[in-house]
Amino acid sequence: MDFPEELKYTEEHEWVLVEGEIATIGITEFAQDQLGDVVFAELPEVGDELVAGKTFGVVESVKAVSDIYSPVSGEVVEINDELPDEPEVLNTSPYEDGWMLKLRLSNPDELDALMDAAAYQEFIEQD
Amino acid sequence: MKKTVLNQLHHQAGARMVEFGGWEMPVQYAGVIAEHMAVREAAGLFDVSHMGEIEVSGPQAFDFLQYATTNDVAGLVDGQVQYTALCYPSGGVVDDLTLYRFAADNYLLCVNAANIDKDFAWLQSLLADSDFSDLRLINRSAEYAQIALQGPLSESILAELTDTDPGTIKYYHFAEGEVAGIPTIISRTGYTGEDGFECYCPAAEGVSLWQALMDAGTPSGLVPTGLGARDTLRLEKAYALYGHEITAEILPLEARLAWIVKLNKGDFVGRRALLEAKEAGLKRKLIGLKLTEPGVPRESYPVLCDGCEVGYVSSGTMSPCLRQGIALVLVEAEIADGTQPLQIGIRKRHVAAERVKLPFV
Repeated sequence: MDFPEELKYTEEHEWVLVEGEIATIGITEFAQDQLGDVVFAELPEVGDELVAGKTFGVVESVKAVSDIYSPVSGEVVEINDELPDEPEVLNTSPYEDGWMLKLRLSNPDELDALMDAAAYQEFIEQD
Repeated sequence: MKKTVLNQLHHQAGARMVEFGGWEMPVQYAGVIAEHMAVREAAGLFDVSHMGEIEVSGPQAFDFLQYATTNDVAGLVDGQVQYTALCYPSGGVVDDLTLYRFAADNYLLCVNAANIDKDFAWLQSLLADSDFSDLRLINRSAEYAQIALQGPLSESILAELTDTDPGTIKYYHFAEGEVAGIPTIISRTGYTGEDGFECYCPAAEGVSLWQALMDAGTPSGLVPTGLGARDTLRLEKAYALYGHEITAEILPLEARLAWIVKLNKGDFVGRRALLEAKEAGLKRKLIGLKLTEPGVPRESYPVLCDGCEVGYVSSGTMSPCLRQGIALVLVEAEIADGTQPLQIGIRKRHVAAERVKLPFV
């Protein structure tokens, strides 16, 4: 399984890519594998304020409903408009085409609480 | 957790295993949608060894089954299968099952895995409380492995492995023969809506039968198929599932199963209650809804009409063939027969749904 070095990870299996004050958020390879075929994604809207640790959306596979938690706080500045029509990209490309949203970080210190790739890999192996 | 004789094969094949009715079973191998489409277009192989088999035999076997089950056993011939149910006196359902007639005095009931002990105890208690005595009830569940080969290519795959011409076995009939040299009950039945066969063999031979079928079918596109696809396949065809459409609290008449309830065949357990319910008029009905907006309806989500709850989803999923949300819903009878716009409550959304003729696919 692939866990890119440049990303930060949560215990709920989301990833964050930070570029300046903008954070891109998605779900990990492990998360999509656990879910199985993703058939539905429900995302917030541009302008919504997300809070670290709170749910911001839902991803559903054929068998399961899974809440998605925001790794960090901030205002949503962009949504991946392709996802509602092609939720299967969460399976095929979780780190690239399957990105979920971008937000403007309101508290960058929250990033310190997230795991790096090595720590995340260790976390899922123990889990 | 109980394990079927094929358990290790599933692990080796990389299946994701889950608990189902007390059994550790494969929910998926490659993925639910790929497995689903394989069954619709080629063939899939299901381990259904967790299901139970109960022998009912002896001079009074027929009379006892007429009394214990809802369908009419009288119409059957040797080698024929019948879909039927056991009801409580209340009219609610103990279990749904298939009944195999081997001879006028020899039957095998195939029952749901989670209900084997309950059904066997129920039949024993019915027998003890009845005037019937000259028959045997034997729980043979541990003796059989059961493998379902389902999909349009099933007949040609099976034909490679047996001298019994599967083409001569009619739908809902069975033959006793050998498959890959293994004594097998070859039943042209299934739970997917596709052509296919359910093969019962001695438990000790289950692994060999599975491997022979996989080897014969792989070149044609046969794939191992888990419970996830089994559920989406049956739901597209609107087949009822125990615990969802079939429970002690739902009358079979409400659940589109009137065709297996023969109220005129003579007395049977549950008949009086079912007759009274029919004469009084059914209060609820099971219908099919298709979402006209994105979303996935799931069990127990509310069905809404003008903002009021008028029923609930008994089974729902995203249909892999339609790529739309589909649901079997139990709703008030006048809603079922009406034309009012309906919605399904999915979290905070009210998602529009339309009544559709069943099956969905």
